[in-house]
Amino acid sequence: MSVSSVFPQLEQLLPRVSKPIQYVGGELGAVVKDWDETTVRWALMYPDAYEVGLPNQGVQILYEVLNEQADVLAERTYAVWPDLEALMLENGVPQFTVDAHRPVKAFDVFGLSFATELGYTNMLCALKLAGIPLDSADRDESHPIVLAGGHASFNPEPIADFIDAAVLGDGEEAVLEITGIIREWKAEGCPGGRDELLLRLARTESIYVPRFYDVDYLPDGRIQRVVPNRPDVPFRVAKRTTMDLDAWPYPKKPLVPLAETVHERYAVEIFRGCTRGCRFCQAGMITRPVRERSITTVGQMVKEGLEFSGFNEVGLLSLSSADHSEIGDMCSGLAEQYADTNVSLSLPSTRVDAFNIDLAQELSRNGRRTGLTFAPEGGSERIRKVINKMVTKEDLIRTVVTAYSNGWRQVKLYFMCGLPSETDEDVLEIAEMAHEVIRAGRAAAGTKDIRCTVSIGGFVPKPHTPFQWAPMDRPEVIDGRLKMLKNAINSDRSLGRAIGFRYHDGEPSLIEGLLSRGDRRVGKVIRRVWEKGGRFDGWSEHFSYARWVEACDEVLPGMGVDLDWFTTREREELEVLPWDHLDSGLDKDWLWQDWQDSMSEFEQDDCRWTPCFDCGVCPSMDTEIQIGPTGKKLLPLTPVKNLRVPV
Amino acid sequence: MPIAFSQGFTPHPKISYASAAPTGVGSEAEYLEIGLQAPVDPEQLRVALDAALSPGLDILEAVIAGEGSLADRIDASQWRLELPQVEPAVAEKAVTAFLDSAEVLVERMTKQGKRAFDARAAVSRCAVAAEPDLPSGAVAVPCAIIDLVVRQVTPAVRPDDVLSGLRVVAGLEPPVPPRVTRLAQGTLTAQGEIVDPLDADRGGVGIGER
Repeated sequence: MSVSSVFPQLEQLLPRVSKPIQYVGGELGAVVKDWDETTVRWALMYPDAYEVGLPNQGVQILYEVLNEQADVLAERTYAVWPDLEALMLENGVPQFTVDAHRPVKAFDVFGLSFATELGYTNMLCALKLAGIPLDSADRDESHPIVLAGGHASFNPEPIADFIDAAVLGDGEEAVLEITGIIREWKAEGCPGGRDELLLRLARTESIYVPRFYDVDYLPDGRIQRVVPNRPDVPFRVAKRTTMDLDAWPYPKKPLVPLAETVHERYAVEIFRGCTRGCRFCQAGMITRPVRERSITTVGQMVKEGLEFSGFNEVGLLSLSSADHSEIGDMCSGLAEQYADTNVSLSLPSTRVDAFNIDLAQELSRNGRRTGLTFAPEGGSERIRKVINKMVTKEDLIRTVVTAYSNGWRQVKLYFMCGLPSETDEDVLEIAEMAHEVIRAGRAAAGTKDIRCTVSIGGFVPKPHTPFQWAPMDRPEVIDGRLKMLKNAINSDRSLGRAIGFRYHDGEPSLIEGLLSRGDRRVGKVIRRVWEKGGRFDGWSEHFSYARWVEACDEVLPGMGVDLDWFTTREREELEVLPWDHLDSGLDKDWLWQDWQDSMSEFEQDDCRWTPCFDCGVCPSMDTEIQIGPTGKKLLPLTPVKNLRVPV
Repeated sequence: MPIAFSQGFTPHPKISYASAAPTGVGSEAEYLEIGLQAPVDPEQLRVALDAALSPGLDILEAVIAGEGSLADRIDASQWRLELPQVEPAVAEKAVTAFLDSAEVLVERMTKQGKRAFDARAAVSRCAVAAEPDLPSGAVAVPCAIIDLVVRQVTPAVRPDDVLSGLRVVAGLEPPVPPRVTRLAQGTLTAQGEIVDPLDADRGGVGIGER
């Protein structure tokens, strides 16, 4: 049965919506296949607007990995803006893919990548538009398997009612294994229907199917246990880890957007995983161990990615890029190869040391010097010990001064507010630090014309981190501290004038906290918020704190819990956490010990350079640290360079 | 392709579009100039650009630019306006009323806010096309087709402004959004024909004759 394009109906609506180009597809790198020539078909969604979703690295990688299979078709779909959503509902146009404008409902799998929990309401919009029942329990063989991935899927309990399955961890091999299971099941004539397919997925022990697990609660609202409700599924579901990144050099053919997007560059992950051990950082905890891509593979990917796409910016991405064992040679080699071209290289710089400046210097050889970014995260020495961000104030000042004296005029500093055990004084120290940065910077640069921006966001405790037990601060506390900080920065007018202050309100963070550490009961809140019109919760112009609070008040008390219970309450050691049956490899006892160490301001080393500290990931996942150096270097490129000659 | 870049802190590729069609309309005739750092065979450039662009965005021809800028050779556009579910006779009446007016004031939202301007003076031709022959047995769905030639003036008069004008003079309200396609751009001759702006650089050889 072939599936036709909804474009003729959609086209009628496009003149009436904002930025219609985001819905037309046809990007360089997009793949359109014949529906009938394929057997397993995936619709991949990044549940945010096209401008945010298109550059997403995860979706691009899976899109390419799947489409490389001859009998597999993968297309992309994004959240449509409310103006088009209303028109689609009115005119019966279903959620569509941008590649061939096929209805999402016709696919075998509807895979959603959740980088943040704030995309949950957008998933409900998409399901509704697609004509797929919101509840997993109401779906039949005519509906796709709704599959969640991305970092948020390490606790998918708040969306357990809406998804059929979740994959934890790296997706490259997971999507191929799932494809294989579906291919086989379809070839056999779909025996046992949807339940049998979900069972086959669950038996891999690395795909979580919420319907096969029951949650029991204690009278006080805490979880008593989460256990399988049938004998043939595992008690715990393990995350995936893709080893040997050189064997998975994706994206090879990056998508080049036609509409404006948040990133327009060729992005290469130079390594995955991070063992710096920042206690707030979920990404650093759930992506262990560190696996480097070698200098030569990175060089090859950059060369081919640029040739294919024509991008003139390359981002060398990872959780702490300066830590790559070959980063020096990589930066100088790439800088050499692309000298005198219009290609600019960027390294998200979060490490606070002079080495970072050396690298930035290499990368800006062709004269383009944008800002430098450092992330001390905490204002006081004490709070930095709590979060395990090992950098002293002296280090920071020295680093920033080096930057200013080497010609940089703009430095950005990232911080968090609302960290466990934080006091007003911890936050106020940010102002002192910023003042000192400007004072020392002016002296070093010999000019008053330097700037520094303080950017501060609210801390959200995340599952599978040492702070998973931590209480959150109320939004009023956060907002009060931010106000105090702003005043303190401006208390010296001369210095304050050179300091920009950017911050996020406390309210969205509290809701993100609810969704991050919520359990299945929170699903009812998400549904209620969506019914009341909530969508695009990651956008301040669409997010409504009042709507979330109202929905919590309507739904949660009946179950003996409330918004505070999920957010500002500190958990105890023996409490069953909603994600305990989902195995990130981290030993819960180790996490608890790290939480205790944090409260006694005791720091933890990085196992990349020091002996193993027994976080548990490598032995339980049968993985190991994969790092260089390989000893290889990047050779000069021989082909004709795209010379930048002023005309 | 060795595209040339502008100077400055963020160099931009040297591309300039001559009177690009507005969002939401089709076009069979867009023109752009690209600055290169080195001579390239025009056909090679055409093929390379065509390969990188979306399906439906087809590069038909490339020529080496001669004297003067492209913008100087474009002063008018020909458009086809399809009005589904509008009887041609109804459209005919509106078009006649429009052409009989000395001035037709219409309003449009601009960056400066709502402004009113004349949509009539820039129109050099506006006619309802003859009904196409339908294949035998096909059920006729009314669809008026308007052939429109508009001179480039400031402020620009776009096809939707002319449609607004038809509403103003004759109350024409198409029930579904009209489909608009640009058919040609170029220099408007005294006879009302549009001369392809690339003609001069082709040495008088037309597309079909190459």
